[in-house]
Amino acid sequence: MTHPEPETTPVLALEGVSKSFGAVRALRGVSLRLYAGEAHALAGENGAGKSTLIKALAGVHRPDTGTVLLDGAPVEFHGPADARDAGVAVIYQEPTLFPDLSIAENIFMGRQPRRSLGRVDHRAVKEATAALFARLGVDLDPDQPARGLSIADQQLVEIAKALSFDARVLIMDEPTAALTGSEVARLFGVVTTLREQGAAVLFISHRLEEIFGLCQRVTTLRDGAWVASEPLDGLTEDDLVRRMVGRDLDELYPKQAAEIGEVALSVRRLTREGVFTDVSFEVRRGEIVGLAGLVGAGRSEVARAVFGVDRFDGGEVEVLGRTLKPGAPSLAMHAGLALVPEDRRAQGLVMDMSIERNIGLTGFADTSRAGLMNRRAERSRSLDWSVKLQVKYARLADVVGTLSGGNQQKVVLAKWLATGPQVLIVDEPTRGIDVGTKAEVHRLLSSLAAEGVAVLMISSDLPEILGMADRVLVMHEGRVTAELPRSEVTEESVMAAATGRVA
Amino acid sequence: MAVTARPVHEDTVPEPTAGRRLLDKVFKVRELAVAGVLVVMLLATELSNTEFLSEQGVKDLLLNATILALVATGQAVVVITRNVDLSVGSVLGISAFAAGNYLQGGGSSVLAVLYAVAVGAVFGVLNGALVSLGKVPALVVTLGTLYVVRGIDSIWVGSDQIVAADLPDGFVDFGHDGLWVVPYLALLAVAVLLCVGYYLRSYRSGRDMYALGSSPEAANLAGVPVRKRIMTAYVLCGALAGLAGALYLARFGNVDSATGNGYELTVVSAVVVGGVAFTGGSGTVYGAALGALLLTSINSVLPAIGVSSVWVTAINGILLLLAIAVDRILALRVAAVLRKQAAQMRSARHA
Repeated sequence: MTHPEPETTPVLALEGVSKSFGAVRALRGVSLRLYAGEAHALAGENGAGKSTLIKALAGVHRPDTGTVLLDGAPVEFHGPADARDAGVAVIYQEPTLFPDLSIAENIFMGRQPRRSLGRVDHRAVKEATAALFARLGVDLDPDQPARGLSIADQQLVEIAKALSFDARVLIMDEPTAALTGSEVARLFGVVTTLREQGAAVLFISHRLEEIFGLCQRVTTLRDGAWVASEPLDGLTEDDLVRRMVGRDLDELYPKQAAEIGEVALSVRRLTREGVFTDVSFEVRRGEIVGLAGLVGAGRSEVARAVFGVDRFDGGEVEVLGRTLKPGAPSLAMHAGLALVPEDRRAQGLVMDMSIERNIGLTGFADTSRAGLMNRRAERSRSLDWSVKLQVKYARLADVVGTLSGGNQQKVVLAKWLATGPQVLIVDEPTRGIDVGTKAEVHRLLSSLAAEGVAVLMISSDLPEILGMADRVLVMHEGRVTAELPRSEVTEESVMAAATGRVA
Repeated sequence: MAVTARPVHEDTVPEPTAGRRLLDKVFKVRELAVAGVLVVMLLATELSNTEFLSEQGVKDLLLNATILALVATGQAVVVITRNVDLSVGSVLGISAFAAGNYLQGGGSSVLAVLYAVAVGAVFGVLNGALVSLGKVPALVVTLGTLYVVRGIDSIWVGSDQIVAADLPDGFVDFGHDGLWVVPYLALLAVAVLLCVGYYLRSYRSGRDMYALGSSPEAANLAGVPVRKRIMTAYVLCGALAGLAGALYLARFGNVDSATGNGYELTVVSAVVVGGVAFTGGSGTVYGAALGALLLTSINSVLPAIGVSSVWVTAINGILLLLAIAVDRILALRVAAVLRKQAAQMRSARHA
């Protein structure tokens, strides 16, 4: 396959870059060339290695092999400051702000305008911030502390930060995820201007129409490997999706038919002030209900409140006809509820403990008598579930931190499935795991539903929602904005509801 | 497609700046509150015992607070970066002895002070290196250096003692005299305090310290040289502890191997009472100095109003708990206001 590339030297490029984290190979021999005056899209599913690639460009990660080229010459970024000094601006998916400092300081940290004797010119900082916000058409007070800003506002601050220095390369990791339509339009206007002034842009988005609208060239990654780099001209959305997924969707989403039974989980008018409002839904036995929405829409927060990790201000949760006491996860477990959390490293597992112990954490009631643990019972229970879920390990006593992401996720699932839940809430069950394991997790969820378990699946992965869910709930800014039966679920209908574009 | 209706009824019209103003106030008022408590306490004591704020009384008050305020200034910088230095008491002790030892041999006063500062700075480098390179929690590292430095001090000092008679007269006078009621030591401490406060507010590296304490991860991404700044904070803290050691020598003229024992806890209390958040990122050195003044004032106030001094420790503890409780309550209230505000703006956007 040949595709014309500009004759000029790329401003910033990666050649044959690989990066591993423990057993996980996040990037394998990836190349990417960013040219001045060109917007380049980076496409790939969740877990394809996009964020790792960005961090390699931004100096956060140093590649294990391969080189970073700046203006054609190899460079080594020893840290984010080096990349920044080379003119690389990055807008990360998750805003990284200083909550105690003012918005203006957040934007100019480390680069404040100075007056005599090297003193920071606080007034100039404030004025420059106000000017940036005027350019972006944003109504924020530069003096306000960053604490308490909404995700969208935080994202705007990040964008202003990236625009505040004359970036030669602007990298944006899903900058539009939390923005409204007009904010997106304004951002794109600014980006187009920058590009026309000769900046190179790298853009990541799950919204294909944004990729086609903004970019000229696209590089696709799959499972950490480079798939293609080509002009977007003459490419269709379907072509791009095929490159990203690389296999038939049926195989990846083995949805079994299941008999839908009685209501197992019923959530009524659940409200936590400022986080989510008036959330009501039901999940029936045998049903997989998808909960879609943008990052920061309040989905995980709802799950946490249902399970009793967080308190809520109003509403009630019923499991199999019994009202749950708020704020009591152990009672929720007894009632037959299980929550597989979003962040397996921080919330799902104790990384320094063995597989056996991690799975054992949920089973003390079964494996101990009179307060004394029965190690053999714990071991056989863990072994049982590890085998059932085909966790790949050398010994059960291995520390979970040494396993790959997919296997870690299986251990979290084993830990919760071992409690025999009637209602299973899974939060981003396949984030950052390889495609093979992903299909296994989907098969597992599907067979659980077929056995009569009610499954609530939170996911930011649209194809996953489309492929697995019987019914889809969509949240936007803390509210459920749509409930779609399987027949009406399309990428467009979900995205419209998730961005609040429905009337 | 089924779109659920969203009934939104907020009774109040969103006032977007209300929460912001409250926040601003909280940040500014924290130091004012300490100052207010201090003034009320001193005035009340003066009313019940008119001798209390006499010329000598004020002088004593300032002298007593000076050394604590200096060490608290350095400690505040470290705490702002989300670390802590527990070795300050030991460093103060060993620097005081170093300076005294040098003066006994007939050295000059100015060089003695610089010598003490240098000794403190060296231990600051040690702490900074262990914390920033070792990536070990500062609490544990500096607990270790607390004992190590104290141990070195004990071996070096042995059963020796430095007494005022061994010191040059000029140095001892410097520790007692002053301009009217304000001792020279206090003037020096105020000068240092203003410099450090100005540095933290007006220099990039000073702002970096706040950034670092507020969110270490974001600081790294923003290109803040994390290790260098932590090192700077510890060296500054060590140097100020060293300076405080020299002033201690000038004021008391008496140093042995137990000098500064247990001082670190008083220092940390002063910093926290003064409104520097133990979780880093907020607070000022002025607050810490006020906290030091408040804690030492209590030492003088209680005898003046006839309360036994055995109560001092308990009252210091209660103050500390109060300060933390106030911070926590304020933080919760601010969070509640912000959440409510976000909800209102959201529903306004949806309306």
